Amino acid sequence: MARVLVVTSGKGGVGKTTSTAALGAALAQTGQSVAVVDFDVGLRNLDLIMGAERRVVFDLINVIQGVAKLPQALIRDKRLETLWLLPASQTRDKEALTEQGVAAVINELRGKFDWVICDSPAGIERGATLAMRFADCAVIVTNPEVSSVRDSDRIIGLLDAKTEMAEKGQRIEKHLLITRYDPQRAQRGEMLNIEDVLEILSTPLLGIIPESQEVLRASNLGSPVTLCNAASAPARAYLDAARRLKGETVAMCIPTEQHRLLSRLFGRRAA
Amino acid sequence: MKLLSFFRRQGSAPQARERLQILLSHERAAGRQPDLLAILQEEILATIARQITVERENVRVRIDRGATVSTLEIDVDIPHAAGSASASFASNRRAHAAAIARGAVKMASFSRGFG
Repeated sequence: MARVLVVTSGKGGVGKTTSTAALGAALAQTGQSVAVVDFDVGLRNLDLIMGAERRVVFDLINVIQGVAKLPQALIRDKRLETLWLLPASQTRDKEALTEQGVAAVINELRGKFDWVICDSPAGIERGATLAMRFADCAVIVTNPEVSSVRDSDRIIGLLDAKTEMAEKGQRIEKHLLITRYDPQRAQRGEMLNIEDVLEILSTPLLGIIPESQEVLRASNLGSPVTLCNAASAPARAYLDAARRLKGETVAMCIPTEQHRLLSRLFGRRAA
Repeated sequence: MKLLSFFRRQGSAPQARERLQILLSHERAAGRQPDLLAILQEEILATIARQITVERENVRVRIDRGATVSTLEIDVDIPHAAGSASASFASNRRAHAAAIARGAVKMASFSRGFG
């Protein structure tokens, strides 16, 4: 049965789009069929991070307004057969994103894919609330930094109140994904550590993505980090997180970069 | 090859720069005037629709926006017996999917370079 997952955070710039692309690709790498959906109407970027920006024809709003059918708007990833992208609109106004329209699109996607991953825009406005509205589970992306943790707390409140599942009296499944984590700085007491963040947000941990140069490299090349260099530390962390999403038990660890020469010789895939 | 690329390390920034230049040149042009590819797409489909009835599901549009050349590819499934189908044929059109003629319209539009 299809699962609808929202990747959300409240705060901008914490890694929602990077995480959507990486988790979507990681799930598709295990053979699951995945659609990643950009909800950031007016400021789309998932297409760029996925390397599909040149191939966008139709978008989410076109499908909602009936200008295009869903299969016409879905863009297949060039590297992974089972990974698809539904881009956000770049120009039209946000009012076009209607609850009814989003419900219909999500429903149709449920029939076609194992996973539907909704990349939420920052903030708590319409795009963000509609991205989470029909989700079965949520990944809350948090940096170990005070404003990010505060905004995550706010978003957790919205997930428990404003989603369709919450309104039916059910609990939406929530997972915390800590990104840009620097173990050395946390150990020196310069950065909130994992336990601090977990205690404050009391939400189960999905994974810890270490701060890494590979994330910028992957976005430069338009490739999800799990595809760009599957052996890199952030890629391994995302691959583990994807397995946990599938219900597997994977020991929690913070991957570190392997020896650079070995990683270069054996690990890197062509982008 | 990997060993070779190790010794000749090149950053990813040049590729990021090139991708952005292409993307932004198209997006800026779209802000100033209607998107040429979108206009061509609409007019081609309108022309086809004057001759035959085309279901939207049977039209696939692919675009690739390049630095100097963009391609617009419109792929239309045209049923062989469009208009003259017998009742049994029409009721079983899905089974005849293999018999459809495929008309592909491929064209290139030249962008106006970087704005």
